Amino acid sequence: MKKKILEQKNGGQKSPFAVSLKSICKSFGPVRANDEICLNVSSGTIHGIIGENGAGKSTLMSILYGFYQPDSGDIQVDGKAAIFKQPSDAIRLGIGMVHQHFMLVPNFTALENIILGSEGKMGLKNGLQNAKLKLEELKSTYGLEVDLDNVTEDLPVGIQQRIEILKALYRGARVLILDEPTGVLTPQETDQLFEILLALKSEGVTILLITHKLHEIMAITDEVSVMRQGKMVANTLTKKTSPEWLAEQMVGRSVLVNTKYESGKVGSVALSADGIGVTDKRGFDSLKNATFDLRSGEILGIAGIAGNGQSELLSVLSGITPPSRGNFRINDKIFDSKNHCSPGLMRELGLSHVPEDRHAEGLVLPFQAFESVILGYEKNPSFGTGFFTKPEQIQAHCARLQDSFDVRPQNPTLISSQFSGGNQQKLVLSREISSAPKILLVGQPTRGVDIGAIEFIHKTLIKMRDSGCAILLVSVELEEILSLSDRILVMNSGEIMGIVSKANTTKAMLGKMMAGIPLEKAIEEKN
Amino acid sequence: MTDFWFQFLLALDSTLRVATPLIFCAMAGIFSERSGIIDISLEGKMLMAAFVAAATAYATGSAWIGAIAAIIVSIIASLIHGFACIIHRGNQVISGLAINILASGLTVIIGIALFRQGGQTPTLPRTSRFNSLELPFVDFMEQNVPIFGIIYKELLSDHNILVWAALASVGVTFYILFKTTFGLRLRAVGEKPEAIDSAGISVTRMRFQAIIIAGILCGLAGVYLSTATGAGFVKEMTAGKGYIALAAMIFGKWKPVPALFACLLFGFLEAVAARVQGVEIMLIGEISSDLLIALPYLLTVILLAGFIGGVTPPRAIGQPYIKER
Repeated sequence: MKKKILEQKNGGQKSPFAVSLKSICKSFGPVRANDEICLNVSSGTIHGIIGENGAGKSTLMSILYGFYQPDSGDIQVDGKAAIFKQPSDAIRLGIGMVHQHFMLVPNFTALENIILGSEGKMGLKNGLQNAKLKLEELKSTYGLEVDLDNVTEDLPVGIQQRIEILKALYRGARVLILDEPTGVLTPQETDQLFEILLALKSEGVTILLITHKLHEIMAITDEVSVMRQGKMVANTLTKKTSPEWLAEQMVGRSVLVNTKYESGKVGSVALSADGIGVTDKRGFDSLKNATFDLRSGEILGIAGIAGNGQSELLSVLSGITPPSRGNFRINDKIFDSKNHCSPGLMRELGLSHVPEDRHAEGLVLPFQAFESVILGYEKNPSFGTGFFTKPEQIQAHCARLQDSFDVRPQNPTLISSQFSGGNQQKLVLSREISSAPKILLVGQPTRGVDIGAIEFIHKTLIKMRDSGCAILLVSVELEEILSLSDRILVMNSGEIMGIVSKANTTKAMLGKMMAGIPLEKAIEEKN
Repeated sequence: MTDFWFQFLLALDSTLRVATPLIFCAMAGIFSERSGIIDISLEGKMLMAAFVAAATAYATGSAWIGAIAAIIVSIIASLIHGFACIIHRGNQVISGLAINILASGLTVIIGIALFRQGGQTPTLPRTSRFNSLELPFVDFMEQNVPIFGIIYKELLSDHNILVWAALASVGVTFYILFKTTFGLRLRAVGEKPEAIDSAGISVTRMRFQAIIIAGILCGLAGVYLSTATGAGFVKEMTAGKGYIALAAMIFGKWKPVPALFACLLFGFLEAVAARVQGVEIMLIGEISSDLLIALPYLLTVILLAGFIGGVTPPRAIGQPYIKER
């Protein structure tokens, strides 16, 4: 493997570019996802592609991987024209892809997943054995430690990602595309991934790293290309650029990166949780003994990798599911497994909830905006008489909200699903905030939201906090938690690892806690 | 005691006979559902095949030609299912149901049109059926080998070739599923079709291959009913066997060998029901044979209602594969 790569590297009149794209266009219906894209990726480098969600990065990479065919334009691999009709064509030319959502069969072993699709002969036995030998070599060359006989679904995501990388290398990939590879990783796993990428680079593998995180581009890439609204707007060497400049290119105007907000004026306890636990249908304790206070005038950030009990916590506090154990109190009202609570009742107590998944829980996608914007508040006398609704009043209300939250397009009758992610989120936020809540639960407020909208949403949350609202913010974006929170609560496997004030913590410490090390131990290790 | 032993052997013997179409269909179901396609049309395919086998065997005088014709028709039914739910991403249950309704109507209408016997086909002579094969040395074994000799004669001998084929299909299914490249891909496509697609293999093609195999196996089940155990087609002769096979497959957790035992259990209950009819049993008295006959169906209902735990279907089952944007 090593030799082969070196030979190709020294192969003489090879093009300096591992991959060149020329004037690639791709439309989905009326949407121009890729518009005259040109890109040259130098051999043996790490090339970053950055852009907001929906800028067309993933579409471009899917074209390069043969998943979609471009409407027009040319692809060259190693200086030779190539036509990709399907992924197998790209695989044959040495292009491998690590998808954002892993393409692994959950109940297969790592080995079975790696060889799937290139098993060799009819019978499996020989194929598996040969593959094992080859993989041992790959593993030691690139430092990709994976136990091949483990069942994939039992492995941590970081390891699953290595399986994906091994899968690509096993097929002889010399160009590796990684689509948002760090979204699911802890900071430590991210560091390990970057080490692996550097090892791959030193062995001559060309890497295309797609991300929307500026600091990753700065940390590891040699060159960077910026995409905005389907167009390639900048190509440059990473060392000649700065995060601020890149961010500006991404949104087309200046934004503040990682704004540090003043901390809030903390008031009395608004919500107090005491030993809340949730046992799910399978008998698994997805939330254990959650005890904390949420005070008015503060933002309590809940950090953690997705799926570590944050969703269950939101679900209990918003009144959707009763807790299996423990209780929580708002004012003088206590809610536990027997004392039934409902989202409607919570709303009456002044608690609003911006759910994590705006498509499934925040909006009814086929509804018009003005219908979506009163969900849960439809009994408000200004929206209806109890049985009939008052569409004109509701539309006027919606228009006012769209104006003050800068929802574009400003059209109350547009179908909810036709707004962009950021504007959908603003619709949900405007609905929940317009009831002037005393407590606001917010889940993933900026997931899939463009930078411009992120800034707006952040400022809105800070404004709410300053007006005395108690905010519980769940987010998998550590940057967001660090930027907005007054205190930070870290969760792992359904347990609270610790609560720290923002002033007294570092990203590294939060990372340790996210990986399952309790606060006390994390402090000890630090000293 | 010897009488009980003898009766027991006979019950086992008829268990095999009753279970044969169940085994074929359960294996068919495993292929289809492991690839991610729900197949409730086992019943309909089996019924169509039974009719075509009997009609063709009657017309040509050859059980083998009948069998081939039946398999072809069953595959065509599979392809219709595939056209609806793989290519056009239709609802797999609805499509399967449509095939079942189509089968139950078409067999009778065509049967009446061709033979004018109220939907039946004329009785087939022995020469155009699959007949029982007597194993060699039956009498010698019975007289000279204790215990096994009688098992050999009463249980193993005197089955038609399709009974053996059904048993063999379990081994073949197991081997294909777990020991071949094709099987690995088949299992993958039912769990995570995206993985197959990104590995450069066509999901559509894999699923069509799976349902074609299912078609062949259902075809054999139908052939068995009308030209091996039966001597012609009788309307609705499958009598829900396809659904029971489906239940046996789920009972067997989509695995060939456990599914085989589930089929044998269901077959055994039916065989016993036929035997204890009107027989006084010590202490208990006369068992209602209706109850015994109902037992497999009851078991099926209980099973499908999820009372017997730990059943995890293939993860992508029932979901049409759509390339995400």
